[in-house]
Amino acid sequence: MEIFIPLLKAFLVGGALCAIGQVFIDYTSLTPARILVCYVVLGVILGGIGIYPMIIDFAGAGATVPLTGFGSLLAKGVKEAVAKDGLLGVLTGGFTASAAGIGAAVFFSLLGALIFKPKDKS
Amino acid sequence: MAFTPEEYNKMSQKASPNSKSYKNIPMAFLIGGLVCALGQGLMILYQNAGLEKDTASTAVSVSLVFLSVLLTGLNVYDNIAKVAGAGTLVPITGFANAMASPALEFKSEGFILGLGAKMFIIAGPVIVYGISASILYGLIIYLFRLY
Repeated sequence: MEIFIPLLKAFLVGGALCAIGQVFIDYTSLTPARILVCYVVLGVILGGIGIYPMIIDFAGAGATVPLTGFGSLLAKGVKEAVAKDGLLGVLTGGFTASAAGIGAAVFFSLLGALIFKPKDKS
Repeated sequence: MAFTPEEYNKMSQKASPNSKSYKNIPMAFLIGGLVCALGQGLMILYQNAGLEKDTASTAVSVSLVFLSVLLTGLNVYDNIAKVAGAGTLVPITGFANAMASPALEFKSEGFILGLGAKMFIIAGPVIVYGISASILYGLIIYLFRLY
């Protein structure tokens, strides 16, 4: 039971964030790329004003796994870097906080592209 | 018969098949929710293994990115995405898929301008606007001493 509740919270909140994205795909002309950009920028804003961290406290991975969580992580990184390094932290914080995710995505994608064969177009 | 553009729009809307939102949205919810629940499961696993909360969260992201690239390479992810829509787009696995998929597809156009450049065709804008938003936010909290 102790494990079940956090899983359920993550499922519900993460699912809701995805469902909202689907509403935008179905009812507006927003392309998937635009939705991703909007989610990240929205995450920075909500993270910056302190709302998103509360959602993370509640939903855990349900809030950190969607791309809004990535945006919120950028804001958090900048805040910590500014507190530590001042003005220079404005520039370093975002990349520092997202380094692991972006580094992994770049390197794994390169390896994946080298190892696997593209699917047939047919 | 002559129609005004509005009339024509109304008619074509009536005639075109309903977009399957009644099915798309629950599927996005279900599969996106499952991806996040998987992330939470990993989170609990890593924290039980002794990782601190922030480190565990990073490890979850890296794990999901790895899994997504693997499934993209095996051509499984794109098949799930066909039914899941935003359910596989919005989680960080969608970001990884948006890098791995064009990297693989455009390998045939060369390793530099094919694989290397096309990898960022969607991830690029996300990073550009995400980082820029974070820098604006940083400037604001620096100027108003909100940190």
